Amino acid sequence: MKLKRNFAKVEEILKKHDYRKDNLIKILLDIQKEYRYLPEDVINYIGVALDIPPAKIYGVATFYAQFSLKPKGKYTILVCDGTACHMAGSTSLIESIKEELNISPGDVTEDLLFSLDQVGCLGACALAPVMVINEEVYGNLTPEKVKEIIKNLKEREMKNVENNK
Amino acid sequence: MLRTINEAMEYIEEKKNERKKKLQDLNIYVCIGTGCAAKGSIKVYEALKEILKENNIKVNLQALEESENRVKRTGCCGRCSSGPWVIVMPYGYFYSEVKPEDVREIYKETILKGKPVEKLLFTDPATSEKVLNLEEAKFFQAQSFYIMEEIGKCECDSIDDYMGRGGYLSFLKVLQEENPEKVIQVIKDSGLRGRGGAGFPTGLKWEITKNSKGDKKFVVCNGDEGDPGAFMNRTLLERDPHAVLEGMLIGAYTIGAQKGYAYIRAEYPVAVDMFRKAIEDARKLGLLGENILGTSFSFDIEIKEGAGAFVCGEETALLASIEGKRGVPRPRPPYPAQAGLWGYPTLINNVETYANIPKIIRDGAENYRKRGVSNSPGTKMFSVTGPVKLTGIIEVEFGTTLRQIIYDICGGLHEGYEFKAVQIGGPSGACLSEAFLDLPLDYDSLKSAGAMVGSGGIVVLSKRTCMVEVARFFLDFTKRESCGKCIPCREGLMQAYHILEKFTQGKGSWEDLENLEFLAELIKKASACGLGQTAPNPILSTLKLFRDEYIAHIEGICPSGMCTAFKKYVINPQFCKGCGLCARFCPQGAIYGERGKAYVIDQEKCVKCGACFDKCKFKAIEIK
Repeated sequence: MKLKRNFAKVEEILKKHDYRKDNLIKILLDIQKEYRYLPEDVINYIGVALDIPPAKIYGVATFYAQFSLKPKGKYTILVCDGTACHMAGSTSLIESIKEELNISPGDVTEDLLFSLDQVGCLGACALAPVMVINEEVYGNLTPEKVKEIIKNLKEREMKNVENNK
Repeated sequence: MLRTINEAMEYIEEKKNERKKKLQDLNIYVCIGTGCAAKGSIKVYEALKEILKENNIKVNLQALEESENRVKRTGCCGRCSSGPWVIVMPYGYFYSEVKPEDVREIYKETILKGKPVEKLLFTDPATSEKVLNLEEAKFFQAQSFYIMEEIGKCECDSIDDYMGRGGYLSFLKVLQEENPEKVIQVIKDSGLRGRGGAGFPTGLKWEITKNSKGDKKFVVCNGDEGDPGAFMNRTLLERDPHAVLEGMLIGAYTIGAQKGYAYIRAEYPVAVDMFRKAIEDARKLGLLGENILGTSFSFDIEIKEGAGAFVCGEETALLASIEGKRGVPRPRPPYPAQAGLWGYPTLINNVETYANIPKIIRDGAENYRKRGVSNSPGTKMFSVTGPVKLTGIIEVEFGTTLRQIIYDICGGLHEGYEFKAVQIGGPSGACLSEAFLDLPLDYDSLKSAGAMVGSGGIVVLSKRTCMVEVARFFLDFTKRESCGKCIPCREGLMQAYHILEKFTQGKGSWEDLENLEFLAELIKKASACGLGQTAPNPILSTLKLFRDEYIAHIEGICPSGMCTAFKKYVINPQFCKGCGLCARFCPQGAIYGERGKAYVIDQEKCVKCGACFDKCKFKAIEIK
């Protein structure tokens, strides 16, 4: 049986932005934050609510890098691949994350805990190479440091699971 | 809430006096810009608050609130590589790389006794000596701070502090004089040119927008700083949001707009928060809203967050994005000044351009022109990254040379790195070789060198960097960011990228070199918007100045050793002790040998991961 979604949260977001068509990007950013991706049924719902064809919304959703049509992880790892970070070895960071989590940029782990994306400049070039996990910036990284950070997050999650038992 | 212009004037006078007094008093400033925050400055801030609280409880409870408030948050001071920064007034001590555990010492020595903590003082890379104040450091003296005023002593999240520096007086002056034509004339006379990259005269843009007819008009601030390697706009929005806001207010009054939009990248959450707070504080004081300070002028600003599309830095794409659509550029004319947001005349300027406006009104055109050179007056913020000793944001007058920036301000390159080139202006910019080090940086001389100021990102490249790889990197970026509307950009960049990829993989040919040059020229001429027209610049400039590297790639060598396809890992039998460590770590099983004898690498199987190179204790593995 397919789960029926409760659209109360979506309504709340729409209301916050006055149901204005020109606020579509803001609305989608909030939806992305809430669900960690843009679910198809939510897109259709917004289309009806704002009187915009869902195809147009898909057009906007696929145009901007912040949006995803696939679920993102609880921890979204963004590895910067701007000029400074690229020259400082951001590719090796991606490799070490691949080894640690077995995912490539654009993917999410099976337990939906981690997702990995390679992004354009994050504006913290003085600390290159840089990655951001859930808005926290980590600078001057090495593949070893990256592995350690991810291991720590994994451990934290393990503990959470145990505590909840 | 301020009700009249006079009331506002008095209020600002009051704040000026308060600030003067404050700076003579004990105050601690902690930098919380993105750079310092990533290096743990928030923890330092909390620790300072904690220690003040702890120690005052025993003495006097009354003082608790007050002394806690003495820890202020200041925006980016530009030297992110040496963060987190802590500045203690009234002594003016600048502490770099402060850790939470250092706080106790700062408390004991500086707060209680007024003495500096020696080990935390900043070491000037030019003299290798410790300096008490930043003003004494060579990198500081070599700069010319104008837009970035009061480094380390301005509170980024306080409207009172901005007013204490004389902020909003320029806006009040404009409001009082009721003469928009005069404002335009002053800006025209100042020679201010758009800081977003193209360098269009700002005064002229304002005049066209003012003279365009429309029931409504809009003011837009372009804060979609998408150039990789550039973060001036982020710094400015984080450290002095009110300066940008005041510039927008003056613009709105001058052209007769009722509504403004600040378009800021969602990737800059701190900047978005700072600007949001600035808007709220200005509203509370009555500087935004209906009938501002009792006049007939009404204006308000809304923040629109960008959602991660480089092309939205292009003005028509940005306007489409504000309307909630895909950020696809449209042909100009009509320019936004004539028909912008929803078809209404729209004034759109860069963050840094707006921040210049209050200063010009305050100082007058003539004084403003004393900085910089005649065709590019004023100062410019640049972000400098790469293997130089000091990275971060700098501000210099136009006309400063690259040599001054790299060697005097940034302290030269790190040990072991040799200068090769600078990449200036982001993906639309160009690479300049050593021959251009003495080129004065201004809009026109950079253009004549085939480069551009762009938004102001400078990336220093050393001899370890492959120029073909640099071009490939930028093309990878622009091909992804192409909006796909016009064919030369969409298809052309993709093809050019594939050719560059062939070069870096060691498969490039002479024919490819010819095709690449032809294609780059074609994309430049035939693309519809600024993105496509400038995207081939990294190819064209490297082809012009570093052609020998392309040729070397055809001949099977990557001179910098950066392109892995050309790398060959070989074991030098002279140094190999036969310990077998490399063979154990080789993921491909490509290393063979007998213990105690020299090992060998099977080149057919080797994937050039470098694991053996990192593991070898005897430095027996060489890269050829």
